[in-house]
Amino acid sequence: MSILEISIEIAFILVMLGVVFAFIRLVKGPSLPDRVVALDMMTVLIVSFCGLFALRSDDQTFIDVAIVLALIGFLATVALARFVERRQATVQDEQAETSKEQDQ
Amino acid sequence: MIIELLLSVLVLLGGFFCFVAGLGILRLPDVLIRMHASTKAGTLGSGLLLIAVAIYFGDLATTTRAVLTIVFLLLTAPVAAHMIGRAAFRSRVPLWRTKIEDGAEENLKR
Repeated sequence: MSILEISIEIAFILVMLGVVFAFIRLVKGPSLPDRVVALDMMTVLIVSFCGLFALRSDDQTFIDVAIVLALIGFLATVALARFVERRQATVQDEQAETSKEQDQ
Repeated sequence: MIIELLLSVLVLLGGFFCFVAGLGILRLPDVLIRMHASTKAGTLGSGLLLIAVAIYFGDLATTTRAVLTIVFLLLTAPVAAHMIGRAAFRSRVPLWRTKIEDGAEENLKR
């Protein structure tokens, strides 16, 4: 085994530990934004996993996977952030309406 | 040989920063501080690993795609972080030892 192969194996372990930690935060996360941040982190880590796998299997195809995954991760994060914001706006509207009704 | 050494260093550093980013996501106290770990350390780790990929293959097509991925990550990470941060702030996530200035909530229409 050459130096490069050994360091690729070590980097695999480190990256997968990072994914596991992010997944624990995804399960635990007390609020919805916590979970969105953890999901975003997992996407970025899996992009780097694809790069590592391209190095290990000597196959350039996995770089394409990394590009597509980065794109999809960005879209998912933006959509989820929008969702969190809009949900909060709806909750506030409902609260405002109920307080108005109580005033009346 | 030197290139192999350089690649090993890049791969190990990238893996280390990915690990640190995951640890930060797990251990840091609130959403905004956790985002600090995910956007900076995560992007740095992925960038280092993709630079290693670009050097390892060395032909034009693969290098272009790897550099494109890095540029894309660097462009999208701040935008996504800004959107999540704003959403978290507006949905009144409890913050850790952070004092919000008087009137800032009204100014930002929290």
